[in-house]
Amino acid sequence: MIDTILSNIALIIGTTLMYSTPLIYTSLGGVLSENSGVINIGLEGMMIIGAFAGAAIGYFVGDPWIAFIGAGIVGGLFGLLHAFACVTFGANQVVSGIAINFLGAGIALFLSRMLFEGATMTKSIALDNKMPRPLNGVFHDGSFLNIIFNNQYATVYLAFIMVFLIWFFMYKTKYGLRLRSVGEHPTAADTLGINVIKIRYLAVIMSGVFSGFGGAAMSLAIVSNFRPTLVSGHGFIALAAMIFGKWKPQGALLACLLFGGAQGLAVFLGQFDFEISSQLISMLPYVITIVVLIGFVGKSAAPSADGIPYEREQKN
Amino acid sequence: MLKRIITIFVIVLFVISVVSCGQAKKESGIKIAMVTDVGGVNDQSFNQSAWEGLKKAEKEFAISVDYLESNQDADYAPNMETLLDAGNNLIWGIGFKMGDTIKEKALENPEQNYAIIDYAYGEETPANLVGVVFKEQEPSFLVGYIAGRMTKTNKVGFVGGMKFPLIEKFEYGFKAGVKLANPDVEIFAQYADSFTDAAKGKAIANQMYKNDADIVYHAAGGVGDGVIEAAKEQDKFAIGVDRDQNSLAPEHVITSAMKRVDNAIFNVAALLVKGEFPGGTTVSYGLKEGGVGIAPTSYKLVPAEILEEVEELKAKVISGEIVVPSTPDTFAEWMK
Repeated sequence: MIDTILSNIALIIGTTLMYSTPLIYTSLGGVLSENSGVINIGLEGMMIIGAFAGAAIGYFVGDPWIAFIGAGIVGGLFGLLHAFACVTFGANQVVSGIAINFLGAGIALFLSRMLFEGATMTKSIALDNKMPRPLNGVFHDGSFLNIIFNNQYATVYLAFIMVFLIWFFMYKTKYGLRLRSVGEHPTAADTLGINVIKIRYLAVIMSGVFSGFGGAAMSLAIVSNFRPTLVSGHGFIALAAMIFGKWKPQGALLACLLFGGAQGLAVFLGQFDFEISSQLISMLPYVITIVVLIGFVGKSAAPSADGIPYEREQKN
Repeated sequence: MLKRIITIFVIVLFVISVVSCGQAKKESGIKIAMVTDVGGVNDQSFNQSAWEGLKKAEKEFAISVDYLESNQDADYAPNMETLLDAGNNLIWGIGFKMGDTIKEKALENPEQNYAIIDYAYGEETPANLVGVVFKEQEPSFLVGYIAGRMTKTNKVGFVGGMKFPLIEKFEYGFKAGVKLANPDVEIFAQYADSFTDAAKGKAIANQMYKNDADIVYHAAGGVGDGVIEAAKEQDKFAIGVDRDQNSLAPEHVITSAMKRVDNAIFNVAALLVKGEFPGGTTVSYGLKEGGVGIAPTSYKLVPAEILEEVEELKAKVISGEIVVPSTPDTFAEWMK
């Protein structure tokens, strides 16, 4: 009895980790961009192109790390595009983000057809060429820890490391302080000699890189191929997690884990024949997330200059 | 100025990436065209299969064929209009999502023939429209039988996309097959309430495998990618759906319940050429009509003797000796 309960808990934790991982990377991308003052609702599109790049590079090159980094670079290029529109030209950031979402999906489809004989789905990557699963075989078969960590990919652990690194960067280094100052009050930052344009560019590019990682964490770990419906809204969930997490990396992490955990719970409950319909159980992750956030987290405020293009006053 | 150039550049890029075009074909009597749903014509699923059916008909009957792709649901109606203006003898809509649009068009243009895959209007079918549906329970029944015979743990699983009658046909056909092969087998059935969330499919399959199931059948589109991935990681078996999914995991997808949209499309084209277009009706394709079947790669992992038994079962379904259940009620009846 106890054993069954424990193994079910382990399974829910395992699902939580698997489900949250892509969300964590992408929401970190959101954190970086928005803290520099650029709204990025293009996370979804960047994630899609990252998922495609990861699957395609992984298939052709056969090395998951090259594929993962490649996905980051491709995501970063989309970030560059967003930065170009929003920072250099002061375009409406929401509109540019929407365009990125369309562009990401469209280009992924277009390239997939070009590279995979007209197919919208990439070919499957062999298990050995996917991300490594470092803790496979470390714990006893059937033990609590084994159920959690067996078949978890390196991307899962890396996500947590990334959260720590971004947190450290943002709150413990002077560059992080600059980033945040640019998002809070770009004019003041500029007066103090901080290059607002450069910092925003870097932040938005990095946001694309992390979204690309998020997409690749799906196509190189959770599954082994890309299809146009693979991402389907995870980028928007990551965006929401970032907002619920009060624009902070640690907050975003918790929000992603909460969502993943609720999803794990929904999967667990879904196996029983309840009188209530499975659709209601499937709503749980969304309902729990909203209730917890309204009830316990309180008001969240964006960086003051979030969404406002920065234009230097003309020198006379 | 630069801003404007960038804007134009982005728009052009966008248009190139999103818009794909149909091809115009030479005139030769009868013309049939189809509108794909959002998967596009090379989706390795229904749209592709439908297009293959049309191309086969093109060769066989010297007709001309064409397609238009839809990039979003809002494209269905304009695509239908375009094909109407092009003067086709028959316009296909591929996929149930076009159900309402195509009916509307059929009522607006009573002279034009229409047909749709996966949609039944029953009594209300306009005289110039054919609904084509498949007996998904029949191939599900056959793969269920294979699962029931091959399970070593006496536990198998079913992962559905969303719980509505179409997907329930897969579920109950599968269950009937499993129970016929071995009444002692326990069947876990769970719905993902999504056709896209691969991570959720993987989580559900992980849970089933942890609960000792060794074969899981999915009828859940993209969610199934996660199911198959879980089978691969844990070295268990999975059963694919709609098309032969063995290529996704050659050592773990033992068989697939296939829907032969190509055969159905070809068949209707043959009727049209003969002047026997079945307008106003719903036609249903099962094993008998070659509209469904199991994957040709099944021999790789399924023992030959089981496949022979499957052939016998198939013959019984075709002859009408076995009527495969497709709903909770008919399944309960079957279990007696």
